[in-house]
Amino acid sequence: MLLKNLRPVSKEHNGKDTIDIRIQDGKISEIGKSLKAEKGEDAHDFEGAYVSPGWMDMHIHLREPGYEHKETIKTGCAAAAFGGFTAVACMPNTQPATHTRDVVEYIIKKGNETPVDVHPIGCVTKDRAGKSIAEMGDMKDGGAVAFSDDGDPVYDSQVMRVALEYSSMLGMPIINHEEDLALSRPGHMNEGRVSTRLGLDGTPSIAEETMIARDILLAEYTGGHIHVAHISTKGAVDLVREGKKKGINVTTEVCAHHFDLTDEEIEKQKFNTNFKMHPPLRTQEDVDAMIEGLVDGTIDVICTDHAPHAIEEKEVEFIYAPNGIIGLETAWSISNMRLFKTKKLDLQQLVEKLCYSPRKILNLEVPALEEGAQANLTFFNTDEEWTFDPKNVRSKSKNSPYLNKKLTGRAVGIFNRGELVINELR
Amino acid sequence: MSVDLEKYNFTQKHLLGLADYSADDIRFVLEQAKYFREILDRPVPKVPTLRDKTIVNLFYENSTRTRLSFELAQKRMGADVVNFSASTSSTKKGESLKDTIQNISSMKIDMVVVRHESPGVPHFLTQCVDAAILNAGDGAHEHPTQALLDMFTMQQIHPELKGKKIAIIGDIAYSRVVRSNIIGLTKLGAEVVICGPKTLMPVFVEDLGVTVSHNLEETLAWCDIAMALRIQLERQGKGTELFPSLREYHERFGIKLSHLEKYPDFKIMHPGPINRGVEMESEVADSDRAIILNQVTNGVAVRMAVLYLLSGGNRV
Repeated sequence: MLLKNLRPVSKEHNGKDTIDIRIQDGKISEIGKSLKAEKGEDAHDFEGAYVSPGWMDMHIHLREPGYEHKETIKTGCAAAAFGGFTAVACMPNTQPATHTRDVVEYIIKKGNETPVDVHPIGCVTKDRAGKSIAEMGDMKDGGAVAFSDDGDPVYDSQVMRVALEYSSMLGMPIINHEEDLALSRPGHMNEGRVSTRLGLDGTPSIAEETMIARDILLAEYTGGHIHVAHISTKGAVDLVREGKKKGINVTTEVCAHHFDLTDEEIEKQKFNTNFKMHPPLRTQEDVDAMIEGLVDGTIDVICTDHAPHAIEEKEVEFIYAPNGIIGLETAWSISNMRLFKTKKLDLQQLVEKLCYSPRKILNLEVPALEEGAQANLTFFNTDEEWTFDPKNVRSKSKNSPYLNKKLTGRAVGIFNRGELVINELR
Repeated sequence: MSVDLEKYNFTQKHLLGLADYSADDIRFVLEQAKYFREILDRPVPKVPTLRDKTIVNLFYENSTRTRLSFELAQKRMGADVVNFSASTSSTKKGESLKDTIQNISSMKIDMVVVRHESPGVPHFLTQCVDAAILNAGDGAHEHPTQALLDMFTMQQIHPELKGKKIAIIGDIAYSRVVRSNIIGLTKLGAEVVICGPKTLMPVFVEDLGVTVSHNLEETLAWCDIAMALRIQLERQGKGTELFPSLREYHERFGIKLSHLEKYPDFKIMHPGPINRGVEMESEVADSDRAIILNQVTNGVAVRMAVLYLLSGGNRV
């Protein structure tokens, strides 16, 4: 197969050249200029789109097993491919929870039926109950790449200490949903000027920050690796920056919506529950701090926290609506519009956040854009204007704040596991 | 007043909150309410203006006074009225709010009066059905007819509210009454001080255009009208207590007979129901300085005016 007119972006390539890539048996067999299609060879002209090693979203929810009415591994991976992701790490809030090796293996087996690499994250504690640590070693052997209790923070400090110590023995990170529940409950949005106007109980930024401060101290003490999930406040970015300066093994990620939208949206959009997620949309000051953190390297990874919910679950009273939005399909457009078009990050830096960093944190091999390597590629552009029309949604759920919004820049396809996926707009 | 009420073109379709109403909209509603207030004093306090309208009162939260007041207002205008009340827990398990309202609406309903514990429910209903939606209280967000009746009652004492000094005392954080009152009163140019323990104040509350005080004595010395808010006893003992005791609350923030003697001018309001001995001493509630029962009477008139205007009537 011949992929023509691509501009490579990677650690070694800055997107200025135009190349063709030949793929044979799932491997990159040749990279060159103006390669000619051989007789009977499929050729696809990308007309100047960029190509980079395949992206990875390290924080998503595939909902299977247990919540197949929201998403399945198949539909979630279709959404990932549409967003340009060749790999995902999926959170363990399944039913049963991903807290034993058999569930880990089930997810991997199902993932193998898709063009996307599916890496399960196992639970920190049995049943995500926060009491005693799950069989981390066995789950690692089954293919788990990290441990997290997902939406539930590991609340008990002693449990977190044990988890960090045990996982550091395995060389695996603990990903914590950073939230001091005593401060945050029953919060339905960011605590601030807007929550005061709307009379909604707020989740203050300090609920996130006190927990991060604790976890950084525990990581320092235990030598474990804490990965701060979906960072969202300015104070939190400051804490991670300080922690990194001290040489503590702390990394973090930010969801695309957290460097784009603010809590003002909940008022503007008249309590639209597609703007309700956890952590909540914060203030402009926080949004600015996310971008600053991405620029100075404090924030390692761009992710989505893709969290599908069925229509009937989201179309309810604001305080009853579940937290979470889908994000796989729009993450690149938002990153392009907020970070690339504004000249905050160049394409190489963006590929760092979307491809290299998540795999480095999860100890996964980074795909290479070179002859002889497995072809694991993302194709994307930066200028195409398109609308995130409901019929373009590949996820089984449609709970997105970007639904029907005009976006700029699109992931036009992926190549992975021997399969070329071209993302056609419907 | 800047608005020529004779020519005013009232274009609101719903009453979701006073945030969506301009100062002139508010003045216009209050002016219309005067007419309905007069009707209430007639030997036959009825007008047939809504006799072709069907209204559903959808109460997902307990209410005595607001519900009764709306129902009386509706019946005095000849509307067909149906009442629906549900505990939120049972509907959470069963039919969704969207399905409920669409089913009710299919029975040809013109207006919906709704009370719900979740902020934003009236806004949500506007996206589900075509009927006019009246917010009778959505969580701690807004309670616009309460604020309108409060302002109407204040205007009976001070016809021009601009520059008048209004103190609102008590549980600011969890009150929908206070949010609607602050919005309405500041739109009409009144000065608002909110007074209570710091733990009952929401963050950045000054941004709503009010001054914060934690000193009842100074507040009462300053104000023309003091409105005490109900302390929600049902919240006590659940979760973290936000003040030490009802005793200490009353000591520091309860209005006492001695205040009436010391500061002879201010009037006292309360949206009810009163916790006697907490927000104020019994003698204060029963004194001639209290205009609390006027609020209740005016509530019917104000709700008649709102129902009339939102049913498509322009002016009386």
